[in-house]
Amino acid sequence: MSDSTSTAPPAGLTAKQRRTFLVGSVLVALLALGGIASVDMSDNLVYFWEPRELYAAGDDAYGAQIRLGGLVKEGTLNWDEGAQELKMVVTDGQAEVTVHATGAPPQMLREGIGVVVEGTMTREGVFKTDRLMVKHSNEYRAPQEGVETKELYKTVEGME
Amino acid sequence: MKWENWVGLLGLALISVGHYQGLFVAPPEAMMGDVGRILYAHVPTAWVALVVYLVAFVAAVGSLGSGKRGWDALVESAVEVGVVLNLLLLFQGAVWAKPTWGVFWTWDPRLTTTAIMAVSFIGVLVLRAMLNRPAQRAVASAVYTIFAFVSVPVVYFSVKWWKTLHQPFSSPETVDSPMVTPLRVAAFGMLFLAVFLMARRWRLAYAKLSREDEAPDLPPAAAAIRLEGGGA
Repeated sequence: MSDSTSTAPPAGLTAKQRRTFLVGSVLVALLALGGIASVDMSDNLVYFWEPRELYAAGDDAYGAQIRLGGLVKEGTLNWDEGAQELKMVVTDGQAEVTVHATGAPPQMLREGIGVVVEGTMTREGVFKTDRLMVKHSNEYRAPQEGVETKELYKTVEGME
Repeated sequence: MKWENWVGLLGLALISVGHYQGLFVAPPEAMMGDVGRILYAHVPTAWVALVVYLVAFVAAVGSLGSGKRGWDALVESAVEVGVVLNLLLLFQGAVWAKPTWGVFWTWDPRLTTTAIMAVSFIGVLVLRAMLNRPAQRAVASAVYTIFAFVSVPVVYFSVKWWKTLHQPFSSPETVDSPMVTPLRVAAFGMLFLAVFLMARRWRLAYAKLSREDEAPDLPPAAAAIRLEGGGA
């Protein structure tokens, strides 16, 4: 790598100037990174609200396009194939929101799984969305004994 | 044969073995089924992209510290290979996201910061293409590479610092053991392949920079225009 005998050509900077650039740019980079890491941006840089945050936002939560995230509450998932409408309750363990989604949901959707929905909260207390996203955890597991691989592809039609 | 060609062949061999295991030996993922097998491509790409950007950062520090052409050539080589891996990473992510999350793209912090990282390092390449005075280009692109590198730890920690749709860090505890081996083999394969690409690209960049020094009054772009008979 350093087999070259040529350093900077005559028009280049002196070694001292280069090192000033080196120290300066590393310092600026460290400051920027330190700033990003330490400043609490949780108030103005948030990808989704959980139900309790949505309620805490009061009037701001209504009518605006927002993202809501949480777990699909057990026993609340209901897919109406004719109307292509899905109803469920999204919970964060403390508060919960009823969500009505239109369109076919991703096949990973099931009760107890994490979801993020994009839409609006209505005054009737129902969150309406046409963009439902399912969150996969960082756990990658082999199917349990006896589970047919084909079962993993079951679509929402098979959902009770 | 040049040393990097052996490394490249080893990389291809490991990638083949890793993906054979990933596609045919390892079990499907419990929730995602066979779609989950893109894990063996996506995660190694992510790891190696970040490592290659780290090489670019070290090269930028070396370039500013020493003023040597070899380090400047490594900045060019590592940034370019890093950008290719970064774009590949975004593409693989979209392909994986659609059947599992339900969307190709969302402005999730991990996805957004990864896109910012790509744009930042593409900026280094644009800057290098714009400047044709070798010494000025070496200093400017090294300084900018150091700035662009800030995005790398931000991407890495994004799943920890912010709420995301993207899954957080995996570890051998969160990945079943039959899936860990193909993942590791494929990751080393990608790493060796990236080393091969960087070494080849370094030789090209070094040769080009050396030619520039021989004819400093003739920028490559101007020479090309003259040869093609184009230009206004």
